[in-house]
Amino acid sequence: MNDLVLKVEGLTTCFDTASGSLYAVDGVGFEICRGETLALLGESGCGKSLTAFSLMRLLPTRQARIAAGRVVLGGDDLLALPELRMRDIRGNRMAMIFQEPMTSLNPVMTVGEQIAEAVVRHGKLRGRALASRVIELLDAVGIPDAAQRSNEYPHMLSGGMKQRIMIAMALAGEPDLLIADEPTTALDVTIQAQVLELMRDLQRSKGMAILLITHDLGVVAEMADRVAVMYAGQIVEQAESRDFFASPCHPYSRKLFDSLPTIAKRHQPLAIIKGNVPPLTAAGYSGCRFATRCDMAKALCEGEIPQLQDAGPGRAVRCFAYDDRYRGQWGDGASAIIPAAAARPQQQESGADGGLLAVRDLKVYFKIQKGLFKRTVGHIKAVDGVSISIGRGRTLALVGESGCGKTTVAKAILQLQRPTSGSVLFNDVELTTLGGEALRRSRADFQIIFQDPYSSMNPRMLVGDIIQEGMIALGVEPDPKRRALKVDELLQQVGLPPEAKGRYPHEFSGGQRQRVCIARALAVNPKLIICDEPTSALDISVQAQILNLLQQLQRTTGVSYLFITHNLSVVAYLADEVAVMYLGRIVEQGRVSDVLTAPRHPYTQALISAIPVIDAGTRRETIRLEGDLPSPANPPTGCHFHVRCPQARPECSLQYPEAAILEDGRMVRCVLYPRR
Amino acid sequence: MLHFLASRLLSALLVIFGVSTVVFLLIHIVPGDPVEVMLGEASQAADREALRHALGLDLPLWTQLMNYYGHLLQFDLGTSLQSKRPIGDMMLEALPATAQLALAGMVVAMLVAFPLGILAAVRKDTPLDSGAMAFSMLGISIPHFWMGPLLILFFSLWLGWLPVSGRDDWASLVLPALTLGTGLAAILSRMVRASLLEVLGEDFVRTARAKGLSESRVVLRHALRNALLPVITVLGLQLGTLLGGAVITEIVFSWPGVGQMTIDAINRRDYPVVQACVLLISLSYVGINTLTDLVYAWLDPRIRLAEDS
Amino acid sequence: MRIWGPTAIVVVWLLMAVLGPWLPLAPNHIELEHILAGPGSGALLGFDDLGRSLWDRVVVGAQFSFFVSLLVVSISLSAGTLIGASSAYLGGWVDHVIVRIIDIFLAFPGILLAIALAGLLGPGLSNIVIALSIVGWVGFARLARAQVLSLRHREHVQAAQMLGAGPLRIIVRHLLPLIMAPLIVEATFAIAGIVIAEAGLSFLGLGIQPPTPSWGSMIRDGSRYMLVSPHMVLVPGIALILVVLAVNLLGDRLRDRMDIRLRERK
Repeated sequence: MNDLVLKVEGLTTCFDTASGSLYAVDGVGFEICRGETLALLGESGCGKSLTAFSLMRLLPTRQARIAAGRVVLGGDDLLALPELRMRDIRGNRMAMIFQEPMTSLNPVMTVGEQIAEAVVRHGKLRGRALASRVIELLDAVGIPDAAQRSNEYPHMLSGGMKQRIMIAMALAGEPDLLIADEPTTALDVTIQAQVLELMRDLQRSKGMAILLITHDLGVVAEMADRVAVMYAGQIVEQAESRDFFASPCHPYSRKLFDSLPTIAKRHQPLAIIKGNVPPLTAAGYSGCRFATRCDMAKALCEGEIPQLQDAGPGRAVRCFAYDDRYRGQWGDGASAIIPAAAARPQQQESGADGGLLAVRDLKVYFKIQKGLFKRTVGHIKAVDGVSISIGRGRTLALVGESGCGKTTVAKAILQLQRPTSGSVLFNDVELTTLGGEALRRSRADFQIIFQDPYSSMNPRMLVGDIIQEGMIALGVEPDPKRRALKVDELLQQVGLPPEAKGRYPHEFSGGQRQRVCIARALAVNPKLIICDEPTSALDISVQAQILNLLQQLQRTTGVSYLFITHNLSVVAYLADEVAVMYLGRIVEQGRVSDVLTAPRHPYTQALISAIPVIDAGTRRETIRLEGDLPSPANPPTGCHFHVRCPQARPECSLQYPEAAILEDGRMVRCVLYPRR
Repeated sequence: MLHFLASRLLSALLVIFGVSTVVFLLIHIVPGDPVEVMLGEASQAADREALRHALGLDLPLWTQLMNYYGHLLQFDLGTSLQSKRPIGDMMLEALPATAQLALAGMVVAMLVAFPLGILAAVRKDTPLDSGAMAFSMLGISIPHFWMGPLLILFFSLWLGWLPVSGRDDWASLVLPALTLGTGLAAILSRMVRASLLEVLGEDFVRTARAKGLSESRVVLRHALRNALLPVITVLGLQLGTLLGGAVITEIVFSWPGVGQMTIDAINRRDYPVVQACVLLISLSYVGINTLTDLVYAWLDPRIRLAEDS
Repeated sequence: MRIWGPTAIVVVWLLMAVLGPWLPLAPNHIELEHILAGPGSGALLGFDDLGRSLWDRVVVGAQFSFFVSLLVVSISLSAGTLIGASSAYLGGWVDHVIVRIIDIFLAFPGILLAIALAGLLGPGLSNIVIALSIVGWVGFARLARAQVLSLRHREHVQAAQMLGAGPLRIIVRHLLPLIMAPLIVEATFAIAGIVIAEAGLSFLGLGIQPPTPSWGSMIRDGSRYMLVSPHMVLVPGIALILVVLAVNLLGDRLRDRMDIRLRERK
C-alpha cells in the first residue's frame, strides 16, 4: 500500500499525577490512506481527542506526556522528530480543525491575516501572490465575497462561516492529512450538512486523508470509509464503515446502536449500558475494560486482558468472543450475542386526551435599547405568534435550530419571562394575568428540566435539600418525616440510591445530576414538565437512560411533557406530536408519525434531510440550505424562510403565509399549501 | 464605535459632575463650624463673618452649589486663605511636578512589569515564575512611605549617589520614580501574568500552534495582543493607586507637587486649596481612565467595528 | 505547608492586638539615657528619639492597625455587599442610580479621598474608620453587584423560582452563599490594604495623634533619624510589611483554593 498516509502504532499518552501515571490513550494503532476517511468514534472521555492531539504533538497540559508508540506520516516518525522539525509539519503536511469554531479564531486579527499567516509559514508567498492565495482558499471553502470577507474579524462571521475559515486555514499547507476534531458538533444541523459536504468535496478534489473524531454515529455513517471505536483509551473495534453499520461486533458498539432513539423503537425502552466508564487509575486494568458493563461478560473477561482479534477482512475486535481460543464459551462468536433490547409492546398510541395546556398566539418581544438613555430602537421578535396545545399524559416536541425561540416559548409558558401578548391557558387557568402569590402557588403544576444539569442546581445545597425545597416552599408536604420519606421515594423513582440525599451535586456525573433535577421537578407533583434539551449535554448511552426514565415516569404518573430539542431522532422516539419552529414562528405542526415521515414544509424537509442517517444502505439526498439563520431582530419580509428556501416563489416575500390545515390534521404555514 | 465614543464621553461628563459635587460637599462634613476651624478658636467674630462671607458660606446651600459650578465652568478655583493667591495659579506651578513624577513611576512600572509578567507566564511553575511572583508579592506589600526612606538610606545616605529630596535635576527624580513605580510594577506584573496565562489556554492559541507557528510568534503575536486588552483596563484603574501613591511619595521626597500642596493645605486648614487639589487629581484620573477606555475600544475590533445604528 | 508562616504571623498580630492591654507595656515611658539606642540595649528592639521602647510601641501599634482594619473591612464588606447585591437584584432605576454613585466614588483615587476625609474630619480613631469605610465599601459593592448579576439568571435560581421560592429565600439560600467566596477573598486583600492605608494616614500625621504610637507615625518619626539609628524605621516597617505580606499570602492561597473549587464544579 504505497498510498499509506499515516500509520500509528501503539500510541500511548498518559497524564502524570501525584498518584501515578494515568493512561488516557493506551496502545492505539491505525492506518489511513490517501483519499480515505477514518472515523474515530467514542463517547466523552474515551481518549479520542487526546489521540488527535498526540498525533499533532500538541498536548493540552504540561502533565500530559506521550509515553510510547510510533506515528509515521509519509516516512517520518513524528514522535522522534525534534520540536522544530515538527513545527514544519503542523499546518503543512498535517492540519487540524477543532470543535469550537467560535473560540478557535484569534478575535483581534482579521480572518485574512490568520489564513495568510498559515500560507506564509509553509510557503514563500508575499504581496499580491499571497493576497490572491488567501482569496483562492476562501473561495475553495465557499465563502462568498472572499475579497471583502478576508478583511473581516471573526466576530462578524457566523459559526458555520468560522468553521469554513478554519478549514481554509488548514488547507493552506495542502495537507496530506486533515484531522477534524468534532468539526460540526457546535453547529446546527443544516449548517452541519453544509460543512460535511464541503469536507467531502475538498477531499475528493485534493485527495487528502481525513481523520474524523466524533461521537455521532450519523456523522460517521455520512463521512467515513472506515471506523475505529474507542472505549476507555483503547480501540475496541475497527471495521469498514459498511460492515460496521451492517453488523457492529464489539458488545460496546452494539450497545451504542441499541441505545440510539429511533422511530422504530417507540414505546419500548432503549438499551442502556449499565454502570459507568471505569475511572483512569494508575494501577491499570487486569481484564477487559468493558467487562463490568457488558451483558455477555464471562469470568475470563475480568481476569485476562483481551487483544484486538481479526474478525473478517479489514475488521478487528477487542473481545474474547472473537478469539478462537475462547469462542466456544459464547457459542458461535458474534451471532451468539443476544439482541439487547427485546421488543416489549407498551401502551398504545393515543392516551387520554383532555386538554392540559393551550397556548394561543404567544408573542415575546425584547426591546433593543441603545445609548445612555436606553432608547428603544427596535424589537427582537423572539417568539412571534406561537399556538400549541398539549393533552394530559401526552408529549409535544418543539423542534428548531439554535436561536429560533424555542427556549423563550418555554420561559413564557412558565411565566419566567412574561409574554408580550397572547394567552397561556393551563388547566383552564389563564397564567399570563396571574400575579404574585397566586402564580407562585400554581407553580407546583408545571415544572422545568434544564439542559445543563451543572448550573441548574445550587452547588452549596445537598441533593436532599434540593429535592425537598419545592415541597417546603409550596407546602406540598409540610411534615418533615413524611417529606424525608418522599425524598427517598423520589430518589428511588429516578434510580438513585437513598444515600444520594446527603451529597452535593458536584459529586455526581452529568446523567445522575439530570436524574436529581427530574426528582426535584417531580417532588411537587406537576402535571406538566417542560424538558429544555435535557439530554443534549449527555453521551448517547446516558441519554438512553434519561429518555427511558422520562417515558417510564409518564406511564406511572400521567405527566405531560413539552420536549424542547434540536434532535429529531429523540422526537421520533419519544413525542406524540411535534411543532417545528423557525425564527419565532411555528412552520409545521402535527403528529410525529406524519410530520417526520412525510414533512410538507420545505424547512421541515430540509431539516430532516440534513440529519445524517445511520443506515448505511439508505443514503438520502440532502436538501442543502444556503446561508445562515437570519437575525430575529431583522427577519426577512414575508415568509421568514424564503431567503433560504429551495422552493421559494416571488410571492413568498410579500406576506407571512396563513396556516393551512391538511387532511391528516397537521398545520403548515407555506404558500405551497394555500388555506382552504 | 462613534456610538461607544459618545456614550463613554457622556458618562465621563456625568462622573465629572458627580465628583465636583462630592468635592463641594467635603467642606460641609467638617465637624462644627468650618470657618471657626479655619481661623482657630481664638479668632474674632468679625473676622469669622468676613471669611464666611468671602467663601459664600453665609448663602443658602443651593446658591453656594450654583456659584461653585459657575466658578468651575470658568476654571476659577478660588483663592488660598493662606497665601491669598489664586488657587489656579498655584496648581499650574505644582501640576507639572506631579505629572512628571506619575509619568516616571508609570514608565518604571511598565518597564519592570511587562517583561516580568510575560516571562513568568511563559515559564509557569518554574523557579523563574515563583521568583517573579515572590518579588511582586513583596512589592505589593511594601508601602511607599517605607520604600522611600529605605531607598534614601541606601542610595543617598550610604552610597551618596542620589539626592535625598527636592526636585532639582534628573537625578532627583530617580528615587521618587522608583518608589512610586515598584508598587504598580508588582500589581501589573501579576495582571500581565494572569491575563497571559488565561489567553494561552484559549482555543485560538491552539489553532496558532496547529499552524506550525513558532512559540515566540504564538506568544507575542497571538496571545499577548489579546492578553493586553484586560491589562489596559486594569492599568487605567490602577492609575488611581498611582496618583494616591504620588501624594505620599511627594511627602517622603519633599517633591513640590499637588500632593505636597494637599497635605500642607490640610495642615494649615486651607480648605479651598484642599478641595481644589482633590478635585484636580480626581478629574485627571477620570480623564486618563476615559482615555484608556477609548484606547481599549480602539484595540478591540469587536468594539471598534460595532455598528452604529 | 506554605500557609504556616503567614498564619503564624497573623496569629501573633492578633495576639498582640487582643492581649496588648494586659501586657506590661509602657509605650510612652521615657528613658533619657537610652535615646536612639539600638536593639539589645536594655530593650528588645531598641529605643526611639525620645527614649521610648520600640517593642512596647510596636505592640501597641499592632492594636490600632488590627482593630482599624477589622472594623473598616467589616463595615465595608457588609455595607458594600448589601448595596451591591440589592442593586443587582432589584435592577431598574435603583440599579442605575447606585451604579452612578459607585462610578463617582471610584473616580477618586482611594487613598486621596481618605486623606481628604481624614484631614477634614480631624484626627481620631473613629474618624479614621469613617474615612476608610467611606472609601472601602465601593469595591465590595461593585464586586457583589457583578456576582449577583452573573448568578441571577443562572438556571438554579430559575429552578428555585419555579419551585415557588420567594425573593428572600432566593437571595438568602441561592445567591448569598455563592457570592461569598469571592467577597471573602476580596476582604482578605482589603485587610492588607487597610493596614497600609491606616499607617499611611498616620505617616501623614492624619491618623492617631501622638504620643499614642501607630506604625505609620513611628516610620515618619524614624525617617528623621535614619542615618544615626536606622532601626527606628526598620522596626515598625518590618512589622508592618510582615503583617501585610502574611495577609496577602493568605488571600492568595484562599483565592487559589476557591478557583480550584470553581473549576471542579464546571
